[in-house]
Formats: sequence, C-alpha cells, structure tokens
Amino acid sequence: MTPWLDTLMVLVVFTSLKLLGSSRLGSCIRTAAFQGVLLGLLPIVAHPGSLAPRLLCMSAAAIGLKGIVFPWLLFRALRGARVRREVEPFVGYTSSLLIGVLALIAALWAARHLRVPGRPISPLLVPVALSTMLVGLFLIISRKKALSQVLGYLVFENGIYAFGVGVAYEAPLLVELGVLLDVFVAVFVMGIAIFHIRREFDSIDTTRLETLRY
Amino acid sequence: MILSLLLVPVVAAVVAFLPSAAPLRRGLLVLAAALHAGLSLATWVTPASPEWHGMLALDAAGRLVLTVTSALFFFVALYVVGYLGREVKDERRDFEEGFLFTNAPEAVFVACLLLFLASMTLVSVSQHFGMIWVGIEATTLVSAPLIYFHRHHRSLEATWKYLMICSVGIGLALLGNFFLAIAATRPLGGTTPLLLQTLVADAGALQTDWLRPAFILLLVGYGTKMGLAPLHTWLPDAHSESPSAVSALLSGTLLNCAFLGILRGLQVCQAAGLGEFARSLLVVFGLLSMGVAAVFLTAQTDYKRMLAYSSVEHMGILAFGIGIGGGGTFGAMFHMVNHSITKAMLFLLAGNILNAYGTKSVDEVQGVFRRLPASGCLWVTGLLAITGTPPFSLFLSEFLIVRAAIDAGRLALAAAFLALLAWIFAAMSRSMLRMAQGTPPARGTAASAEPFLAVAPPAALAVAVLALGVFVPGPLLSLLRQAASALGGP
Amino acid sequence: MESVTIAAFLHPVLAAALAPLLPGVINRVKAFFAGRTGPSLLQPYRDLARLLRKGAVFSPTTTGLFQLAPAAGLAITLVAMALLPAGGFPALLPFPGDFLLLVGLLALARFILILAALDTGSSFEGMGASREAAFAVLSEPALLLGLAAAVRVSGELSLSGIMAAASAGAWTTAAPALLLVLGSLLAVFLTENARIPVDDPNTHLELTMIHEVMVLDHSGPDLALIEFGAALRLWVFGALIVGLATPLRTGVPLADAGIFLAGMLALVGFVGVLESAIARLRLLRVPQFLVGAIAFSVLALVLVLR
Repeated sequence: MTPWLDTLMVLVVFTSLKLLGSSRLGSCIRTAAFQGVLLGLLPIVAHPGSLAPRLLCMSAAAIGLKGIVFPWLLFRALRGARVRREVEPFVGYTSSLLIGVLALIAALWAARHLRVPGRPISPLLVPVALSTMLVGLFLIISRKKALSQVLGYLVFENGIYAFGVGVAYEAPLLVELGVLLDVFVAVFVMGIAIFHIRREFDSIDTTRLETLRY
Repeated sequence: MILSLLLVPVVAAVVAFLPSAAPLRRGLLVLAAALHAGLSLATWVTPASPEWHGMLALDAAGRLVLTVTSALFFFVALYVVGYLGREVKDERRDFEEGFLFTNAPEAVFVACLLLFLASMTLVSVSQHFGMIWVGIEATTLVSAPLIYFHRHHRSLEATWKYLMICSVGIGLALLGNFFLAIAATRPLGGTTPLLLQTLVADAGALQTDWLRPAFILLLVGYGTKMGLAPLHTWLPDAHSESPSAVSALLSGTLLNCAFLGILRGLQVCQAAGLGEFARSLLVVFGLLSMGVAAVFLTAQTDYKRMLAYSSVEHMGILAFGIGIGGGGTFGAMFHMVNHSITKAMLFLLAGNILNAYGTKSVDEVQGVFRRLPASGCLWVTGLLAITGTPPFSLFLSEFLIVRAAIDAGRLALAAAFLALLAWIFAAMSRSMLRMAQGTPPARGTAASAEPFLAVAPPAALAVAVLALGVFVPGPLLSLLRQAASALGGP
Repeated sequence: MESVTIAAFLHPVLAAALAPLLPGVINRVKAFFAGRTGPSLLQPYRDLARLLRKGAVFSPTTTGLFQLAPAAGLAITLVAMALLPAGGFPALLPFPGDFLLLVGLLALARFILILAALDTGSSFEGMGASREAAFAVLSEPALLLGLAAAVRVSGELSLSGIMAAASAGAWTTAAPALLLVLGSLLAVFLTENARIPVDDPNTHLELTMIHEVMVLDHSGPDLALIEFGAALRLWVFGALIVGLATPLRTGVPLADAGIFLAGMLALVGFVGVLESAIARLRLLRVPQFLVGAIAFSVLALVLVLR
C-alpha cells in the first residue's frame, strides 16, 4: 500500500504548492477542495484491510464536506464578492513557492525529531501534515483578499486533520462529527462575513480593515 | 440535568428564530436565562450525574464557571431587554463617523445570545478534551454575529479579526489535542481516551515528550481565546465594537471558558509531573499580559477599549495566579469570579454612558455623576473594584495571589506583579475619574432618566462584588477550595 | 566487447543522423492539430542543406567570437553526446559522475550562444540572452536535483548505470519519486529547448522572443550549425527522459534500440500536442513554473532519501 499512500501524499504537497503559486481564486478553491478530498481518502487508503463502517462513514463525511460543501460555499462568496484574482500579495508568488518548498524541508526535519510512537501509517504523513499546516498559516498572513485567508484556514485545518489521521487517533464519533460540524459552520460564517465585507467596502481586500488601532 | 442545561438555551434559540413579536422574544430570552440560572443553582444542591459515558460531567471548576456564566447571563439578559427596547429599528447615525448603518435583525441577536449560552455551557460540562474543543470553537462561531450587531465597517473589521485569529488559535489547540492523544498511547497499543479523569488517573503512563508540546499548543491555542498577550490582538477590537451587553458577556464569561480549557490541560500536566513546567509558562504569559495591558492602558482614549485591555490584564493575573501555585490557585479561582462580575458591570455601565453621551472618547465624556447619577456612582465603584481596592473582593483575590508568590519565595515576581497593578491603577483612575467628575457638555443625547433595566443589573452586580469582599458564603468557599485542590493548590 | 564498442559508437552517429527528425515531427504534429498537412518530416534536413549552401553575413560590430560560437557550441554538444547512454546501451565514455559533466557541457554550449548574442552589440539579442540566462538559473537546479534523485534511486553514479538500473524493478519501488523526476525533467526539457509554455519557437514579436532572438544574427552555415545543435539538444534531453521512463530492458540490442526510438518519437509527439494545446506562459510566470519544477525535484529527492 505504500506506493499508493506515497502518491497521495505527493499529490497533497502538489496542491499546497499550487495554492501558493496561483492567483486565480476560482482555481485556488478547487485545489483546496481537491486537497480535502485526497485527505478524506486517507483513512481508507491507510487501512485497506479493515474497512469498518465507521471509517467509511467518516471518510464519506469528510469528502462530502470538503469536496462539495466547502467549494459551494466559497464559490457563492466569490460570486458575491465579484472578484477573480488575488491582488499582489505581501509576499510574491515565486517567493511563496520557494517558501513552500522550504516549509516542506523544515517539516521533514521536524518530523525526524518527533518520533511518533507506534507504527505511523507512512513516514511521509507527519511531514506532509506539518507542511500543509505551515502553508495554510502562510497563506493567511501573506494574502490580502479575505477569501484567500479563508482558504488558508481551510488548508490549515486540512493539515491538522491529516495529522490526526496519521496519528490514528480514534476519537469518539460524536467528537469527530462535532469537529467537522464546527469547521463547516466556521466556513459558513466566514462566507457570510466576506459577503458583508464586500457590501461594506466594495472589495474584499483586507488591507482596508485597518482602522482599529491601539 | 446536564442535558437539560444544554437543551434549554438551544430550544429557546430555535424558538427565537421563529417570527414573533419583539416583546415575546425578549421575554423568551429572560425566561430561558432564568431557567438556566435556576438549573445551575440546582446543581449546587443535587450534584448532576455524568452523561454520555462520562463525557459530560460537572466537576468543581466546571460548576464554578457554569454558575458564573449562568448568573451573569441572567443579569445581562435583563439589561438586553431594556437595550433592545431603546435601539432604533431602522437606520441610525454612527456616533463617531456620522455615516448611516442598520442593526442586525433582533431575532438573530437573541438566538445567537442563547446559542452562546449553550456553547459556553457545553465547555463547562465537557470532560473530554475533544468536546471542550468543539465547545470553544462553537463559542467563537456563534459570538461572531453578536459582535457584528451594529452593521458598520469597524465592527466588521473587529468580527473578521476575531474570526480569523480565534479560529487559527483554536486550530492549534486541536493539534494540541492530537499531541495529547499521542502522549496517551499505551506502550502495548491502544490509547487512553481523552477523558480528563482517565488521563489524570493514568498520568504516570503519559509520555512527557509529547505532553510538553501538547500543553504548549493548548496554552497558545486556548490562550488566544482567553486573551493572553501576545495573542490578544483581537480582544480590544471585538470588545469595544460590539454592543455593551455582548462585551459584558465576552469579557465576563467567554474568557473564563477559554481559561477552563487551559486548566484542564494543567490538571493533566500536574498529574504527570510536568506541573512546574506548565506553571512557569503560565507565569510568563501572565506577566506579559499584564505588562502589555499596562502599556496600552496608559494613553487610552476610548473607554471601552480601556475596559477591554483591563480584561487582558486580569486574564494575565489569572494566569499568574495559577502559575504561582499554592495559595495562588485558590486566589486565581476566586479572582475569576470577582473579575467576571466586576467587568460585566463596568461594560453595562459603559453602555449606559455611550447611550447618553454618544461618544466613546474618554476626553469628551465629562460629568457622568451629574448627567447619570446612578451610573456615575456605579462607574466609580467599578473603577475601585477593578483596580483592586479594598473592601471589594478583587482586592482579596489579588492579595491572596501576592501572598502566595511571597510565600513561594518568588519576591521578584511579586514585586513585578504589584508594580504593574499600581501602574494600571494610575492609568485607569486617571481616565475613569475624569469621566465621572466635571460638568457634562451641553450636546449629546438628552437622556435624563436612567431606565430601571439599565441600572438594576449593574447595581446588583456591584452589590455582589462588595458582598464577596466582605464575606464569602460557605458553599462558594468550599467549591473554590475543591477547584483549587484539583489543580494542585492547597 | 567488440559489439558493445561498436554499439556505443553507433549511438552518437545515429543521434546525429536522426536528431533533425525531431523538430520535423513536432512541426508535423502541430500542423495536424491546426488542420493543415504541414511540412514533410524531412524538411529540417532540406533546411540544413539549404543553409549550408548559402553564404554568411557578419555584422561589423561582431568579433571573431561570433564566428566561432556556432561551431564551438555544436562541438560541445557532440562531446556531450558521448556521455549519453541510449536504449539500454552504455555511453561512449561513461565514468562515475558523468551526469554532472553532461549538465556542465550543456550549460557551456548555452553560455557560448549567449556570448555570441551579446557580441553583436544589439540590445535586442542582449534582451533575449538575458532572459535565456535567467531561465537557465532556475532550470539547472531542477535538472541537477532530479538527476540526484535518479542517482539515489539507482545507486549508480554514472548516467549509463542510472539508465540501466531504471528497469521495472526501480519503478515498482520508487514509482512516485521517478514520476516526479520525469515531471521535473519534462519542465526542464521545455525550458532548455525553448518550447511552449516557456517560449514560442514560431513567434517573431519583439517582446515575446527568447531563444529565437538570441540567434537572430546568425546566417548561412552558422545558422545551420546552430539549428543542428538545437536538434541535438532536443535529442539529449529526450534521451534522458526516455531512458528514465522506459522500464523495459529486453537485452536484445535491436529491440532496445527500437523501444528507445519509439519512446523518443512518442516524446516529441507529446511535445507537439502540448504546443498545440496550451498557451505560452506570461514571462513573469515562467519563474514560478520553474520553481514548481524545482519543487518536484526536491520532493523526489526527499522521497528517496528517507
């Protein structure tokens, strides 16, 4: 199973890099959705033999939420915002890509020092999860459009979810569903906030949100 | 009992969404608040039994936070009834910049308030770390519409910052939960479930290599929500731009819930032998928060932001108290109660002042004693209370913390603590006393009579904080002792 | 021994003979997609013959360097051919670390062309030369890191060893890494040979030319040498890709050579399809494209290093 798992991990890193380098918001949303779907498939690929119904249920919920619901919500916000592209971010695209590569290397180094007890599903999982988290955080701080910041938050949550799967942590079903629900409501509320930002400022550029100081 | 504590606000919120007359909705709010308060008081008499295989249970700290939350919510609900009655339905002019804006629909406001109560209840009763996370994230999400009640660009900015910063911070706390799960993996396979009591009981088997980063992540994550510096940047904006009743709840109840999350992590660390490590981190964050608050309070021109920074300071005091340990734990628990009551009162009064004067600037508000006698007296009372003057209860709790620091031999820390408190006393008194005295300016809305519902809740809270300074009732004392001993204090 | 040596000589000779076919195939595929019949497959040979018959014109601003450069560049590329294995056969002069020399020789050939462009003293050629150099800065790390990953997968330090080891066995164990290396090498292929999406070989607009403008001043036999050298570069990079991509080593010389040739034709056919299907990237986007290629190579290296 390792080649499949490795391919999955590599694809996840691709999506992170693509998000760092792309300025078209529509394609960014689709890439983030694809990343969510890949990570939703992760538990199934990781445990091919034991397909417990609970595992399938969680996988299906994650894929449905991240692959269908979130892009729908974000595309609605995008249409309302009537923007197509990110404006020149605080860190340029080529530098962002290089930083993404550096984040991957840093995550690999960090993962080497974090010895996860038990058998990890794949030695690549923890580095990829950490690097996805770092990429998500970087997107939040370096992009100006509110929608890009929401995408960064989604990628950050994706990374944490991947870490959770890799650690093979079996939370009670209620808690896992609660977590998914919370992320869904978060994206929903953020989408509404973006709608209001657009109405208020005629743009979703967050550099306008700087009047409150001290 | 616990399930009904959760269900009452949720059901009320759903009903509040249904179209109905405004007075009915406000009545529903007060009714639900009263019911909830009654139920939480009932848990003092008959202990609530754990539900859902022990995931929901009320231990000492949880009961403390729940009672404070419930009581404060009741008083704030009374205030909100009057507030909503005074709010203009259609467009109105902004005080500071003069543009026109509208308010959010009242149904959304009331429903979100009730859901806010429900999510905070969830945090108080959760014994499972994952459930705590779900609850705290839920509080963030349902309080965002509350902050955005006045629909203009400043509150939108505050709401966006609040959403982003708190969501990222709480995401880090989720990562901390996973690290905790790794720490709890048994050597022969399988995981200890992340229930508080189980983890504390099994603490010897926890791997400290993973417990350390887990606590750091929980501290940073929930600390963002609690308002510890340097993660506090959302707090002044959110607490100053939201309606005063919402600010009262945010400062008085929400910060406690985030603190509870950190306390749970501390309990596990304490049991696993990492108590010293955890406490030293808390002391650092505590003093840093107090310092940052002192700096920003010094030349503060907006009195609501001033109160918000004061919340940062008091959260720092809480962290410091817990970090010192020993008698400081009891002091911090007591301080949590005192601060909630006092800060809620102050925010409600700030709402009255804002309504009467039409400005949030400290320089432009003069003569509150003359214009709003009751609010003015309570304002000065609140100032004395919040800065730790005897005979108010905050003096007692801060004194206990300082004494614990001296007893532990950490004289430098105690000295820094006292110096910062003095600095903050000077900064806040200067602004707040100036506001109260003098002659009121001729302009501003002519609100001569102070509505009963606007004054009675703050007055009741003032009486409470004064009473606690003189006499702490037996049951409360024993609850505080129980909570402190669970955290390793005497 | 004898047959191996002859076969080793055979590859450079065969490459020199067949290399001009590659641009012909690309043009033919592009014409097919455009709905035209297109030039014949042997057209590049006719073009070379025609150019060799003509006389050369040299600008008075150029020096001897300009006249030497095409021949020097071609010579260096032919030397690089000696290091290149093909179709399961080892190269003419393999030694450990020869992949570094290969990259160096190709860079040297490009450098000489850049010097010749600068030598004309025209800002037009200089602009094209500077763009070419800028892209080279980013494509070389991608190439080197990708080859490093291939070295690690195969455990051999010589190109011939790497290609020999890239059999089906290596593919089953390190498939993701090899795919990443191939992706990165494809990006480098497109950059080094000035193909879409990096550069449009058919454009004649000032603002958009990169490679074309660099060789604008050459004429007659010099231009023939340069075009032949470009075809050889296509062959070299193509051989790298096809060598890594084909997992079959039947051991029968003719079969291996046939597979190799088929692979080369498939590759240039694919490049033709790519040129017809996608548009050229904005100049500002090419560095991002190349950093993406570097990221692929780094990822592949990371995958095989753990």
